[in-house]
Amino acid sequence: MGVKLLLEKANVPGIRTYDVYRREGGYSAAEKALKEMSIEAIVEEVKKSGLRGRGGAGFPAGMKWSFIAKPEGVPRHLVCNADESEPGTFKDRYLMEFLPHLLLEGLLISSFALGSNDTYIYIRGEYAWVADILEEAIQEAAKNGWLGKNILGTGFDCMIHVHLGAGAYICGEETALIESLEGKRGNPRIKPPFPAIQGLWLRPTVVNNVETLAAVVPIIKMGGDEYAKIGVGRSTGTKLISACGNINKPGVYEIDMTISVEDFIYSDEYCGGIANGKKLKACIPGGSSVPILPANLLLKTAKGETRYMNYESLSDGGFATGSMMGSGGFIILDEDQCIVKNTLTLARFYRHESCGQCSPCREGTGWMEKILQKIESGKGEVSDIDLLWDIQRKIEGNTICPLGDAAAWPVAAAIRHFRDEFEWHINNRELSQTSNFGLQHYADPIHVPA
Amino acid sequence: MSLEFNNEQMTEFKRLVARYPEGKQKSALLPVLHLAQDSFGGWLPTEAMDHVAVLLNIEPIEVYEVATFYSMYNLKPVGKFVFEVCQTGPCMISGSENIIAYIQQQLAIKPGETTKDGIFTLKLVECLGACGYAPMMQVGKIYREHLTKEKVDAIIAEYRMQVAAQN
Repeated sequence: MGVKLLLEKANVPGIRTYDVYRREGGYSAAEKALKEMSIEAIVEEVKKSGLRGRGGAGFPAGMKWSFIAKPEGVPRHLVCNADESEPGTFKDRYLMEFLPHLLLEGLLISSFALGSNDTYIYIRGEYAWVADILEEAIQEAAKNGWLGKNILGTGFDCMIHVHLGAGAYICGEETALIESLEGKRGNPRIKPPFPAIQGLWLRPTVVNNVETLAAVVPIIKMGGDEYAKIGVGRSTGTKLISACGNINKPGVYEIDMTISVEDFIYSDEYCGGIANGKKLKACIPGGSSVPILPANLLLKTAKGETRYMNYESLSDGGFATGSMMGSGGFIILDEDQCIVKNTLTLARFYRHESCGQCSPCREGTGWMEKILQKIESGKGEVSDIDLLWDIQRKIEGNTICPLGDAAAWPVAAAIRHFRDEFEWHINNRELSQTSNFGLQHYADPIHVPA
Repeated sequence: MSLEFNNEQMTEFKRLVARYPEGKQKSALLPVLHLAQDSFGGWLPTEAMDHVAVLLNIEPIEVYEVATFYSMYNLKPVGKFVFEVCQTGPCMISGSENIIAYIQQQLAIKPGETTKDGIFTLKLVECLGACGYAPMMQVGKIYREHLTKEKVDAIIAEYRMQVAAQN
């Protein structure tokens, strides 16, 4: 069993309620932070912990905090990004649904460190029932003196508000989220100014992911140095992985980032192997935006070394032969899955979610979907593959926000690694409508197919 | 037709607006539109959006541009129960297409349509964050997960009984 820092108590009956959470040692980190630590000391512990943003970008959280401007007389805000919408990702939902007070405790400590008296949780509208759980937890916390005026007699006031989104993946991008929180369309802003200088209502703002803020609790409890000892290299602490697709045990797992990809997929403690006795074909290891990897590049890197479930190892080889940790949305595809069709559903997703502000993304995502649809339905031509490649290349890096890149990368990786499957589709128009390309040379080299 | 919040809905409206600083009441727009949609039959007629604009002291266009941007707001009438079935990658590789086809067959409607009796609407949606419990759909506030044909039958029967009990 690996180290568990976030989900350790997830199975304690009633842990969702304040009384049980408190009895299990909850809010002791908040007590320590507010009563015994200075703001500088809290930020220092988070910096020392090496905690990286758990939403997908992996930016060091302590550094992000240290950027916040502190102009005299201007309120500052902490905003919790709970707009979890990256396909394959459902870890924040799990955390909020089962351990709402862990998030609130992390929010309280972080609000104190950043000087936020009004902190907002921006949660995707579809998670409305999770928002109800959070609202109830907030009331419990306020009733017990952890929120409100003069918390623990420190003179610090803090209230946490839940803000319901309404169905827009783009609002997971922090400046789009801020726009949405101001009651507008979720159009990302041009940076600079960064939110740390001018964010919500043009006030200094820090936006952090749910899991990032929950991780502040164990960091304060054990100290940043101890936290940094868990894991490997710059992948410190634990990470929540939401595993889905064609595996025996889909679900949310906490890993300490020293486990190999092979063990994660095949061990009974985690995914429990590929479902229905099928063979592994491919994996999208960090949410739909990150490059898909064929089995032969997933378990071992191009250099033949074991690949591990951490930031550095998953990206080993760059985009040529590696991928990314991303949000931890781990999607497994078995031998029966069609890469063209999978790429098509993702291209449709990004077309649907493009806010429409930048032409390369607005037009490009639509074109990619149409061309993939054409190939999938048996009407493709070989030149379509080059056209797809050309379009994705013209989106990447040419938009205000990273949604353009996120839309381009899955298409690029699918062509890069599975070009012969695309060609097979095009050259076998009728056959491709009734059967699949299968494993071919993409087979997992360790678990050799019979 | 004029649509206005009743007293109870106004109390909820005030609770939502109170979350934001003085003068920043526009921030409540998304939550207030949810309230309006729930209050006025599951969709947002222009009159409802105009009412929200007056209450928040903003221009009607500021409400329209938001209502048309976010996928959860319905701009035309829907059935009593809206089946929002996820069709994105992880659900697709877990068999969502069969489920979507089965629902279409059982309800005799296509995506975007409402049954003649006004009970069901079928809507195809993008990732709802339930990928580990696929295939799935959202009905109102509830997630219906690990869908099978048998489960779909049971869900349809359950809602039909709810409607029958109310009549």
